[in-house]
Amino acid sequence: MSDKPRKFKGGVHPEDSKALSASKPVQTAPLLGKYTVIVHQNIGAPPEIVVKKGDLVKKGQLLAKATGFVSVPLHAPTSGTVTAIEKCPGPACVSVPAIEITADGQDEWGSPFEPIADWQNADPAVLKQRVVDAGIVGMGGAGFPSHVKLSPTKPVDTLILNGAECEPYLTADHRLMLEQTEDVLLGAAILARILGLETAVIGVEANKPDAISKLNAFASNYNVTVQTLAVNYPQGAEKQLIYALTGREVPIGGLPMDVGCVVQNVASAVAVADAVIKGHPSIERITTVTGEPVVNPGNWRFRIGTPISKAIELAGGVKVQPAKLLLGGPMMGFAQNSLDVTVMKNTSGILLIPVEQVSQYTSEPCIRCGRCVEACPMDILPATISQAVENERFDWAEQLNVAACIECGSCSYVCPSHRPLNQHFKRAKAEILAAKRKQQKK
Amino acid sequence: MSESETTVVQMPDATKLVVSNSPHIRGGETISKIMVQVFIALMPAAIAAVWFFGLAALEVMVLCVMGCMAVEVLWNKAAKKPSGSWKDGSAALTGLLLAMNLSSGAPWWICILGSLLAIVLGKQLFGGLGYNPFNPALVARVALLIGFPQLMTSWIAPQPGNWLACDALTGATPLAATGKELASISDLFYGNVGGCLGETSALALLLGGAFLLFRRIIKWQIPASFIATVAIITGLAHHVNPELTPPALYHVLAGGLMIGAFFMATDMVTSPMTANGALIFGVGCGVITSVIRVWGGYPEGVSFSILFMNALTPLIDRYTIGKPFGYIRIKKETAQ
Amino acid sequence: MMLIITAVLFTAGLGALLALIIGATARAFAVETDSRIETVTEMLPGVNCGGCGYAGCADFAKAIVEGRTLPVQCPVSTSVHTARIAEYLGITAGEKEKVIAVVRCGGSCAVTVRSPYNGVSDCRSAVLVAGGAKGCDFGCVGFASCARACPFDAIEMRDGLAVVHPELCIGCGKCVDTCPKNLIVLTPAAVDVHVYCNSPEKGAVKTKVCKTACIACRKCVKAADNETQMTVNGFLVADNYSNPPISDLVEKAKCPTKALRLASKHAAGAYEGVSK
Repeated sequence: MSDKPRKFKGGVHPEDSKALSASKPVQTAPLLGKYTVIVHQNIGAPPEIVVKKGDLVKKGQLLAKATGFVSVPLHAPTSGTVTAIEKCPGPACVSVPAIEITADGQDEWGSPFEPIADWQNADPAVLKQRVVDAGIVGMGGAGFPSHVKLSPTKPVDTLILNGAECEPYLTADHRLMLEQTEDVLLGAAILARILGLETAVIGVEANKPDAISKLNAFASNYNVTVQTLAVNYPQGAEKQLIYALTGREVPIGGLPMDVGCVVQNVASAVAVADAVIKGHPSIERITTVTGEPVVNPGNWRFRIGTPISKAIELAGGVKVQPAKLLLGGPMMGFAQNSLDVTVMKNTSGILLIPVEQVSQYTSEPCIRCGRCVEACPMDILPATISQAVENERFDWAEQLNVAACIECGSCSYVCPSHRPLNQHFKRAKAEILAAKRKQQKK
Repeated sequence: MSESETTVVQMPDATKLVVSNSPHIRGGETISKIMVQVFIALMPAAIAAVWFFGLAALEVMVLCVMGCMAVEVLWNKAAKKPSGSWKDGSAALTGLLLAMNLSSGAPWWICILGSLLAIVLGKQLFGGLGYNPFNPALVARVALLIGFPQLMTSWIAPQPGNWLACDALTGATPLAATGKELASISDLFYGNVGGCLGETSALALLLGGAFLLFRRIIKWQIPASFIATVAIITGLAHHVNPELTPPALYHVLAGGLMIGAFFMATDMVTSPMTANGALIFGVGCGVITSVIRVWGGYPEGVSFSILFMNALTPLIDRYTIGKPFGYIRIKKETAQ
Repeated sequence: MMLIITAVLFTAGLGALLALIIGATARAFAVETDSRIETVTEMLPGVNCGGCGYAGCADFAKAIVEGRTLPVQCPVSTSVHTARIAEYLGITAGEKEKVIAVVRCGGSCAVTVRSPYNGVSDCRSAVLVAGGAKGCDFGCVGFASCARACPFDAIEMRDGLAVVHPELCIGCGKCVDTCPKNLIVLTPAAVDVHVYCNSPEKGAVKTKVCKTACIACRKCVKAADNETQMTVNGFLVADNYSNPPISDLVEKAKCPTKALRLASKHAAGAYEGVSK
């Protein structure tokens, strides 16, 4: 592969604002008195709670077991007592079931998994089972169970590690690659073994030169190649990443394995390495707490169940009242209206956005400038689809391939009329799905 | 959390947090910024117009710009719509484009009537900015041309540098000229010919067009295919029968082709959104323009051709929808 | 002069020729229709609300004539109108209980919390973003999707809450599907007392986010003439519409959160949070 940064069609270049936290080493958050672990942290079926109120749990003990193939188990972030199992604010501003654990302060490991030190000679099936048991999900944001991707039903020839971190502001993956370089590569090698592959490729955006050079220094030891990617949002989107690295187009509605690829986030790779080498389940992650209003932006290692309010407190609180609180990055993150939401396995960032940056919804009509068409990485016509949705013509939106939309938000970002394009697509997809379900029922 | 910390940590007030859909940041582009840039791009042509036609040209421009803005404000008031839309600059731009389509000898009431036609008939009756199917400035120009053919086709001969140039001298537009009266190519290029304010100096218009292309306000496909088509068709016609029509370069530089291709046909609202659509649009404009110029009854066909293609824009857009990313593979696989 | 005469003659001739062609085609391709359908369509109100379950008044008229439905299914027509249609066709008008819509939520912005929301002003779009941004996950989202759908302007938005005017509502049910929270139900028009809450959460959770939530204290259940008039489902009480309570229940029950209300007084603005 050449050294020229790889890129895809379309995309936008928002100001990356990563300088706020890029140079801050990862700190481990201190042990809290109480954790509220949201039960459903993955795409797919929610796990089934196996503890009850009053139970004593050890760190890493199973709290909820997987309820199917596309489901992952949940483990206790620390040792203590289950003090409540009730609803708490979830990441979509809707209450969701959660398990409250009051820590006993001992932070004592239960019986973790047996470390598999000799992973190079271990049976890939055993390694894969470890990924299943450790409850690892895609930690880049989507929360798709990792083991599902590791069980392709089609031949796979390429393992891609996603270190693009194209979202502005976020630096969690950047710090991870810099500080735990060998863990990332080790995870890549283990994942490659599970898939029966010799090599893996890790794609990193060119705005992280220190991480790229550090990865390059060790990569050959693990049979991994490092590929520089052009700085272009949404470079980290699975389909765009695959296209940039391999030139293959994932079909609409298809999966990476349809083109022989498996994509895993770098943080997930480290979680895999931890699960195999140390025997630890997925109970912590690195999260960036940042934004202009934050007093001390930085990167922290949080356990799942840490309330956002504690995370913001650790970052020194805020200088001014922010306009928005987001989980994730500014392009695809979810706006929150409660500080009681807790860190989940896929919380890559806690972002506070200042009032000046919040664009107001103005509902100006489309002037058909075509900027959204140019920016769309999926080559659909956002302006036309949005008009179809405004007229509630969801059949028309479907014909215009709204299903291909990855909701990256590039179109809304560039729109001079500040139209809520992305929200329109979300609506269209929801309505199309509802219509299909209705039809199936009939 | 360190226990020793005593300073009060200010936390965000959760009740004031705004919820909205992603993305939560936006690029800085706005409608008015786009309009201002097109306005700037028209400045070389405006200055050239004043240089060749004197202060009378400036008067026409000021009247049209103010007229369009005034009509916009009055219409919004009468229609009980939010009154701020004149601030986005689209009305002012329509006014300037309209002025570019008038002769410096146009009386004041033509300017005001044109503004009224452009804003009300061309834009507001369809629902305002973004909903108009036709370029408002061209709607006004064509309405005036048909309503007042005498006034709209008598041109003032250029008097470079003469600020007080008045309507004493009249000349023919280069496209109506025949045989020996043909203007020289260099006069056409610099603009030393009679015509509308914006039809004269190809150089000034090219400067503005380059700026728009550089700022990526317009798609290169429209002006390129428009001008190329006119050049090819008129060139062939001239080649076959030199008596019929002047050579291609003359056609490209004369009349309203430059302003039409760079400023009128590229109007975002009324031109196709897709790149392929823009190519088709430009070629269509070029064909109609050439046909009218070479064989038609009017000496100039740019405005008619653009208006006609405006009407076809929704259709072009519909048939040039590209295949989305990942679409081809689906087809292949289902075929297998 | 000759020219004018030629032109007039030519145009007249052309017109006559085209008229002939059109007339001939109309006859040749005429579709047999029952003339009664047209008459019945004219006797219907013509608002095309769809409340009868058919695609507009003409379709409904066809269904009546073909005997697939009865005139009374038109929710807009009064009994006088339906009787006239029945008389014309020589059938019975049929019987149907009049229903009206009820939005089962009393949580206007004054009594519950709502985060500032910046996005498409439409309930079905808003719920996709932040569950509607209101404190209660089950309450009225308040972006007027139902009010826009109502052909009779019977739904009014008051401080982020949809309020049905019982005297204007004809029970066509067009609003029912627009509500992403499924708050709107069609209830017998004779019943005036309803529970304005739809949250199945525990009482303590509900009171945290809304002042007028039903906390399942069962005061109304006990105050009702007999126990079956109100049904208790978990932490939520609702009318038993097949054996509905009478209006004085609101007086007798003294609902501590005022979730039990009279629809007529609710619309008139007699309760906290929905005053005009």
